[in-house]
Amino acid sequence: MGLFILRRFGVMLLTALCLTFVVFFLTNLYPNLEKLAKTQGNQRMSDEQVETWLENRGYLQPTLVKYGQWLGVMPGFTKTLEDGTFVGTCTRPGSTEETTPRFCGVLQGDWGYSTVFKDEVGSIVSKRLGNTGYLMFWVLVLMVPSALLVGVLAGMREGSALDRSLSTFSIITTATPEYVSGVIFIAIFTSSTVGLKWFKGTATQAMDNPTFENFFLPVLTIALYGMGYIARMTRASMTEVMTAQYIRTARLKGVSFGNIVLKHALRNALIAPFTVIMLQFPWLLNGVVIVETLFNYKGFGWALVQAAGNNDIQLLLAISVVSVFVVLVTQLISDIGYVYLNPRIRIS
Amino acid sequence: MEPLSWTGSIAFLNPILLIALAALIVSIVIWIIGSIILPEAPMTVNADGTISSGSGLRGLTQSALRYSFFACVALSLAYILLGIFMGTGAGIIGAISQQFLPVWLSLIILFAMSIAFKRRLGLYGKLFDSPIGMIGFGLVMFWVFTGIFGALDLIVTHDPLVQVSGMKNKVPGTPLPSPEEGEYAWYLLGGDNLARDVFSRMVKGAWIVVQIAPLATMFAFMVGITLGLPAGYYGGRLDTFLSFLANLILAFPVILLFYLLVTPEIVATGVPNYMAAVLFVFPILFIGVLLNSRYYTRPKFRTPLLIGVLGIALWLYLSLISTGGYIINTDDYRIWGLPTYLDLFDIPGGILVVFVSVVFVNSPTVFRIVRGLAMDIKTRDYVAAAQTRGEGPWYIMLWEILPNARGPLIVDFCLRIGYTTILLGTLGFFGLGLPPESPDWGSTINEGRKLLSIYLHPALPPALALLSLVLGLNLLADGLREESLKD
Repeated sequence: MGLFILRRFGVMLLTALCLTFVVFFLTNLYPNLEKLAKTQGNQRMSDEQVETWLENRGYLQPTLVKYGQWLGVMPGFTKTLEDGTFVGTCTRPGSTEETTPRFCGVLQGDWGYSTVFKDEVGSIVSKRLGNTGYLMFWVLVLMVPSALLVGVLAGMREGSALDRSLSTFSIITTATPEYVSGVIFIAIFTSSTVGLKWFKGTATQAMDNPTFENFFLPVLTIALYGMGYIARMTRASMTEVMTAQYIRTARLKGVSFGNIVLKHALRNALIAPFTVIMLQFPWLLNGVVIVETLFNYKGFGWALVQAAGNNDIQLLLAISVVSVFVVLVTQLISDIGYVYLNPRIRIS
Repeated sequence: MEPLSWTGSIAFLNPILLIALAALIVSIVIWIIGSIILPEAPMTVNADGTISSGSGLRGLTQSALRYSFFACVALSLAYILLGIFMGTGAGIIGAISQQFLPVWLSLIILFAMSIAFKRRLGLYGKLFDSPIGMIGFGLVMFWVFTGIFGALDLIVTHDPLVQVSGMKNKVPGTPLPSPEEGEYAWYLLGGDNLARDVFSRMVKGAWIVVQIAPLATMFAFMVGITLGLPAGYYGGRLDTFLSFLANLILAFPVILLFYLLVTPEIVATGVPNYMAAVLFVFPILFIGVLLNSRYYTRPKFRTPLLIGVLGIALWLYLSLISTGGYIINTDDYRIWGLPTYLDLFDIPGGILVVFVSVVFVNSPTVFRIVRGLAMDIKTRDYVAAAQTRGEGPWYIMLWEILPNARGPLIVDFCLRIGYTTILLGTLGFFGLGLPPESPDWGSTINEGRKLLSIYLHPALPPALALLSLVLGLNLLADGLREESLKD
């Protein structure tokens, strides 16, 4: 088991390195750098000016060198300009040659400086992650129990009226992406034309003061799309368990239907949904980006859109590291949890 | 011109429809509750050993449900039929159903033909045994026909890009201020923020989806199958390497990937063209290996066949990836491609990058599915028999394993077209790839959402269109799964 986790961590590290390099490569292509120079410097810079601007800030070094600097295995780029200002990858506004560290990379715990927000990337990401974490917490609180309930109720009597209506419901939710359900919810529940002004159409205030009124619609929108899939998996697993031999034995012994479902079937039926819920996280991340844009909730997904739209290289790299980390850790948890829940499987 | 109301002179049907809908909802609720509370229908064993069950209270709830459902369907059909004959006399609904006349006719012909010959049509025919599958297929074909006829300018009422002054954000059914001769006199679903016709944009948007989504899914399947079969069949190092690559792409959040790949800056560097050049090789490889492994024992037949098929495929490939005489055309350097007089079609850079990134995102998942299926099927007896016969590995993969994996693959194909539709919508929603005035559903939703609290009509039609298409594909996949399991 220990060796398994160690190997998985190795693969995880390798994946994260490859992915960040891909992101690094794509964001450092020349047209992207040109866009960065023009947004940071001056929109009307000539081609030569763009080149000197980039040259002075170390953007025109070879990609591998820059990647090494970002990682912290190469000394940071520094240069003193003609007018005496000191620039470099490790400098911050107001810092001088003496106060600038030689190495500044991820390994030193320095995530860089965001060119859009004019702030440390580390603090931006942690603040935005906090907002998104809060959103995700409520999404999971709403999504997981209701999905499991729908799945178990549908799966306990296959082909019954309840099964058919709940299955239709879960198919409809899987067919409704967030940007469709969100738009429909906003139209029905917040618009002045319909008149049902039950909720607020934006979640901007929810960052400081989350209330049911301004926070429920974003949560519902994300939860609904993920719910259908989990419910269908739970239903499949439940129907499989309900046809098992030991359930029939219990039935023949005269155990009541409620007891069969609750005491015999449920625990075995919930093994498969556990992995599904864990593997649902990458999808939830997508949903978060869409919903945060739609409802103007300034979280992690919103920061991603801002960073990518403005080619904020270091913020984008930090965001991709975090999201890759989330994806891989949830995969690991789902593998380990599966072994714990199902004693028939052993990892050698 | 008078503004149109929703139902016009067939408004007398509205209260009846309301009653029918209410009855349907009530009977569904009673049906569900009844299935839990009410006792099962009494069964009696007859003298000849057969069992007959009475209808009981449960049967009553079921027939109530059935009749109210039929009433709703009949009323909807009445709306459509009356609309076709009365046109704008029957309000917006009538006018829309009249505009959709070619779609209705094609659907009727398609369904009539399919049901008449369903026993001779294999899995496709069996689809018409399952009501769920039929509903799904109907929804999908509705949008397919809408896309095709919309592209032929049969359904649209106005040019989706033309702005008519005075029609900004006007509600559905507003007449044009000064319609010219031969111009349609109303905006059926209103005007959007730039005074364009919402209805025509929705119809034109269907064509974009119908063009890109199935084709992109097909390419993703070709890539996934060509790489997944050897990975599953051989295993070992090849499998480890390919699986690592697939997991790498899957670990990327899709939206981050889109934001990195689908920008004008990246298009300028030519990265999408390189990716297209690599990804579009796989179908040629697939077809080449497929035919070669089957006919290599008959060289006299195989050689001309391969030359012909691969020649055409190569020509299509080159005209697909080269635009204006170049494969890659950036400011710094160029790579020569097919000369323009041989180039069959040009794909604009925006569409190409959308297509490539959607294929790129979908193929690792297909790879994983195919790999899993291949690993499962390679242990079967018929594979061992083929190995004993001395068949080559590619023959076994493509002609023994692949046909036996077709059931799950067909089902996944339907689901994946739906997922691709959602991805295309996501791209439009973030304003990536397609030009901003493009009528695709994602972009239209994105434009409409900004004014959603005041004007509902620009955002809702494309949202509902996308919802119904994806729902149709999911139902179709469900029906196919059910029917293929019955074999």
